Amino acid sequence: MLLAVVSGFAAALFAPFIHRRLPRYSGWLFATLPAGLFVYFVSFSGRIAEAEPPRFAYTWLGSLGIDLTFHVDGLSLLFALLIAAIGALVIVYSGSYLAGHAEQGIFFSHMLAFMASMLGLVLADNAIVLFIFWELTSLSSYFLIGFDHRRAGARHAALQALLVTGLGGLALLAGLILMGSVFGTLEISQWMLTGDAIRFHVLYLPIVLLIAGAAFTKSAQIPFHFWLPNAMEAPAPVSTYLHSATMVKAGIYLLARLNPVLGDTVMWSALVTTFGAATMVTGAYLALVHVDLKRILAYTTISALGMMTMLLGIGTPIAIQACVVFLLAHALYKGALFLVAGAIDHATGVRDATRLGGLFGQMPVVAIAGLVAALSSAGVPPHLGFVGKELVYQALSEHLLNAILLGAMLLTSISFVAVAGVVGYRPFFEGMRDVAREPHPPGLSLCLGPALLAALGLIIGVAPGLVEHWLVAPAASAIGFQPVAVELALWHGFHYNLLLTLFAFATGMFVYSRWDGFRAVCTSLDASASFGPARGYDLLLTATSAAARATTRILQSGHLHFYLLTIVVTAIALIGGSLLTQHLPLGVSRWSDVRIHEFVLAVLVLAATVLVVRARKLITAVVSLGVVGYGVALFFLFFSAPDLAMTQFAIESLSVLLLVLVLFRLPEIERYSRTSERVRDAVPALIFGGLMTILVLTVTALSREARLAPFFAEHSYPDAKGMNVVNVILVDFRGLDTMGEITVLSIAAIGVFSLLKLFLKGKRESEGNP
Amino acid sequence: MNILLILPILIPLLTAISSLLAWRNRSLQRVFSTTGACALFGVSLALFAVVWQDGVQASQMGNWPAPFGITMVADLFSALMVVLTGLTGLGVVVYSLAAIDPERESFGFHALMHFLLMGVCGAFLTGDIFNLYVWFEVLLISSFVLLQLGGEKAQLEGAIKYVTINLVSSALFLTAIAILYGMVGTLNMADLAVQLKSADRQEMLTTVSVLFLLAFGIKAAIFPLFFWLPASYHTPPAPVSAIFAGLLTKVGVYALVRVFTLMFVQQSEQLSRLILVAAGLTMTTGILGALVQNDFRRVLSFNLVSHIGYMIMGLGLFTPLALAGTVFYTIHDVLVKTCLFLVGGIIYRLRGTYKLSKLGGLYQARPVVAVVFLVPALSLAGVPPLSGFWGKFILIKAGLDRQAYLMVAVALVVGLLTLYSMAIVWSEAFWKRAPDDRQAEAPLLPTAQLHSRLLYFIPVGVLACLMVLIGALPEPFYDIAGRAAEQLMNPTDYVRTVLGRLP
Repeated sequence: MLLAVVSGFAAALFAPFIHRRLPRYSGWLFATLPAGLFVYFVSFSGRIAEAEPPRFAYTWLGSLGIDLTFHVDGLSLLFALLIAAIGALVIVYSGSYLAGHAEQGIFFSHMLAFMASMLGLVLADNAIVLFIFWELTSLSSYFLIGFDHRRAGARHAALQALLVTGLGGLALLAGLILMGSVFGTLEISQWMLTGDAIRFHVLYLPIVLLIAGAAFTKSAQIPFHFWLPNAMEAPAPVSTYLHSATMVKAGIYLLARLNPVLGDTVMWSALVTTFGAATMVTGAYLALVHVDLKRILAYTTISALGMMTMLLGIGTPIAIQACVVFLLAHALYKGALFLVAGAIDHATGVRDATRLGGLFGQMPVVAIAGLVAALSSAGVPPHLGFVGKELVYQALSEHLLNAILLGAMLLTSISFVAVAGVVGYRPFFEGMRDVAREPHPPGLSLCLGPALLAALGLIIGVAPGLVEHWLVAPAASAIGFQPVAVELALWHGFHYNLLLTLFAFATGMFVYSRWDGFRAVCTSLDASASFGPARGYDLLLTATSAAARATTRILQSGHLHFYLLTIVVTAIALIGGSLLTQHLPLGVSRWSDVRIHEFVLAVLVLAATVLVVRARKLITAVVSLGVVGYGVALFFLFFSAPDLAMTQFAIESLSVLLLVLVLFRLPEIERYSRTSERVRDAVPALIFGGLMTILVLTVTALSREARLAPFFAEHSYPDAKGMNVVNVILVDFRGLDTMGEITVLSIAAIGVFSLLKLFLKGKRESEGNP
Repeated sequence: MNILLILPILIPLLTAISSLLAWRNRSLQRVFSTTGACALFGVSLALFAVVWQDGVQASQMGNWPAPFGITMVADLFSALMVVLTGLTGLGVVVYSLAAIDPERESFGFHALMHFLLMGVCGAFLTGDIFNLYVWFEVLLISSFVLLQLGGEKAQLEGAIKYVTINLVSSALFLTAIAILYGMVGTLNMADLAVQLKSADRQEMLTTVSVLFLLAFGIKAAIFPLFFWLPASYHTPPAPVSAIFAGLLTKVGVYALVRVFTLMFVQQSEQLSRLILVAAGLTMTTGILGALVQNDFRRVLSFNLVSHIGYMIMGLGLFTPLALAGTVFYTIHDVLVKTCLFLVGGIIYRLRGTYKLSKLGGLYQARPVVAVVFLVPALSLAGVPPLSGFWGKFILIKAGLDRQAYLMVAVALVVGLLTLYSMAIVWSEAFWKRAPDDRQAEAPLLPTAQLHSRLLYFIPVGVLACLMVLIGALPEPFYDIAGRAAEQLMNPTDYVRTVLGRLP
């Protein structure tokens, strides 16, 4: 099983190289992998219908409860078969669709990687493994939408899809981790057994919202639907495979998979049904407004995804069954239609439905496939689409709010009939309009996919018994988590649903015949372009980047001065805050201890400090600095640290001398700052100084035990053979410190040398304002 | 006395000294430098193996018993950081053989590089808080000299900001040490851990721990103390900014983790909210900064700041799982940041610019560069199953367990924004058509021969492979991170090994 999932990634790794060797046959060659996988998965069908679903486990990150576990039940199998079958056809199709394209090898690589990710997603039993594959599908979708990467449109669409589905990915991760902690395991099959544990949990609502958010972004439910039509920037095989047949159904898969765990509550069903129904109607309406074949198909896909979501929200056995059948029907006919649209585009270079017509002569096979698939999508008997739609009507009519939902469904059906005419009939059978170049007939590999998919839709429609027991029933049972007996039939006898279907046909055909007029009215009414969620996305991005610009300009202003000010103010806030809470035993109770010369010296040092800051001439500043230094050294002397005092004297003398030496080469002090600015800087400086003083005084007040000094004094002479304890500390007890400091000096010497000698002309830019 | 604890300091020191002795002979310096880096990496692995098998190792310098002398000590976290130092050090040294210009080489580049490694290793291995300060000085001065080496105008401007702010940090650090010494009269960190538990003024310790938080916070570049980093990291040559990005901020993170798990345990509970707020703001402001940059390396610099937030987040949550997350994330971040800055250097070598607006067309022209960029970029964004995903996963799980929902939300959204920021770079530098068509046709590394190409690509390739490896086989790395976190949460072994007894 692991091999089945991973083989796609391995193939992806080598695809560009293989393609370079065999550019003409690579499509057929790569298609053998999904074809083989298809056979492999078919072999599971018998085992699933009868017994416990097979489970495969490989140890991975067991200590976090994450092992590579896979699980093949009816739902997984349905998806896996679709992924493998459509994958094979699409890869064959791309072999000639992109023939001669410089990056075709990379294209195959992405497609194979996507296929493997999608398989992993639907087979995974471990929630985190599922999430990993979920993210990988988003990522491969990004690369495939942006395949034509020189066009800005493709790049933007790719980014949009990545960000929208990425947002859902975040929600999914959080939701799954929360579910994992509620259940105490990350294995989804374990969750099923104790589903009730979560429905009454405090975290139930957030979990449902997170999971639904993930599903809605991935499956393009409103208000996240806008990324899908833009994703039509991708080549036709990608739109077929990712953006209609498989990846966008991952959200549906997620809802279906977690239905036994999260479903069956008012909350769930209200949320999922409402968003699904709203998406269904919105998609159906928008499909009629557009003229680009692929965009039209994208909107009907959104509508169909909405329908499936709605059915899962309803959650009755018949609704689940309807969802499964419709999912299968949709994958077949929509796949075929996208491939047909791609073939038309390939042949004519045109996708605008108003400019196409009369192509039947050039591409009869494609035309017939298109027509058959369109009939299925319109729900015309004896196609599978009809079977599915009848079930949907039946499921809706049993619902509490049947009037509203049936009304919505009716509107959708009308739109589907009209759209079927626009994409499946008009380009082939109406008069030729406006195509720049002479269309060339498509080859075998371009015809194979659409023909096979359309034919399957027809065959299964005529004989639904072919799939009901081994495919539909196990899938429906898995979603409902109870055995479901499925009886599919073309003919249910006279029922008022049939009247609705007939009404939809009639109205749909009327809308088709008035399509141009209808579109004109809609376009003038269409406000979604300026108020829709797509606009919201743009605004959000603009706002983010404006916020980013603003905060960065404020924070990273390029002024060192501001940086220091911020750091000092932060330090004041934190240190001051922590001091406020305590009673400070300041060491000021011993004022009488202060002797007069100490007091005089302190005043002198303070005065010199003020002078350093206020000095108008460099020489004054240098001398005052010297006074501060000598003053501090004297303090060391007073408090019995002669070594320290001597060191300090030496350093002070040296630095004053050196400063005076270079003084004549330095510019005079100039005032760059205003008085207000200086006051602004002085206040934090004084507060900070004050805080430090308080700190030091507090510590002095605390009793301290001298723990190290007696040891040093005791061992200095006998063990370290040194009379001067300070020297012994420096070179022996703490010799490592001294070595480090000597190193610092040598490095500084190199630094000074290079600062003086090495000046390269750089092109790099310094920190300006962003 | 365990020699393995000293060698990670001695080897770079000796390498640096020999390079200095061969001042006029660049090729000899290169030999020394490479040999030294190899030796350091080897020793670091050996040290790690010993610590992994036999537990915490300690060694008393000059054989003066703790707490009177200086103790070098390695627990798993230290040893791991030394391994990462050895690895990035070797990678960057190899890369710089091709990438660094002869002028910089003849002004002691190699010696400085090894002084830097010495400082970093010292900081990871020392068990003495004042000695830690000394190693901070070593790495500060050597990084400062490396930063300005070359004297380009931008370099000098960046270096001044860098050194000024870092000196503030040193001053705060030194003050904190002085106060601490004043209170309990010891400098040995294990001894401090023991003494502080029974110290009578716990509130005062909060203030001291805040000082450490500030000092190390500046080093680690957390909000609002990170300014020096985006101001300077884009100015030096690629190998220098790569090693800075990989290691220097992590020294700050390491120091924070060390003092707050070993010494200020109670304080870290009190400060946990503050640390979490800082983590969240670091992530957010960092990534927002990255979104508006046009210079490839400034994008990376702001990302670097942003992702420090994740490591701090683990410290703020303060559970064993969260600290394991911090350790795991640190491993990942060292690899990713080094690799990305090195890739930046390759792009600069190819196109002569870091400006995203002037780049383009690399996807088609340089697929290999595209791959070595994508792996770390996606890993940085936490895309599964690369190393960054696991780091983020552990932290997010730890956050959800602690019910720190807002923190988790911020961490997740910042992950998405990181992906956005990397997608911008990808789109601009790789996907977009090159603004100047002649550029796109320029041959790969025009003057470079094969061996120079290898020197560029091998370090980058190895780092990228490691990210994939950690992603594909996370268990052993999680095991290491988990055990390291266990030692951090329960430092009894550390204290016992250092002091030779358990008080």
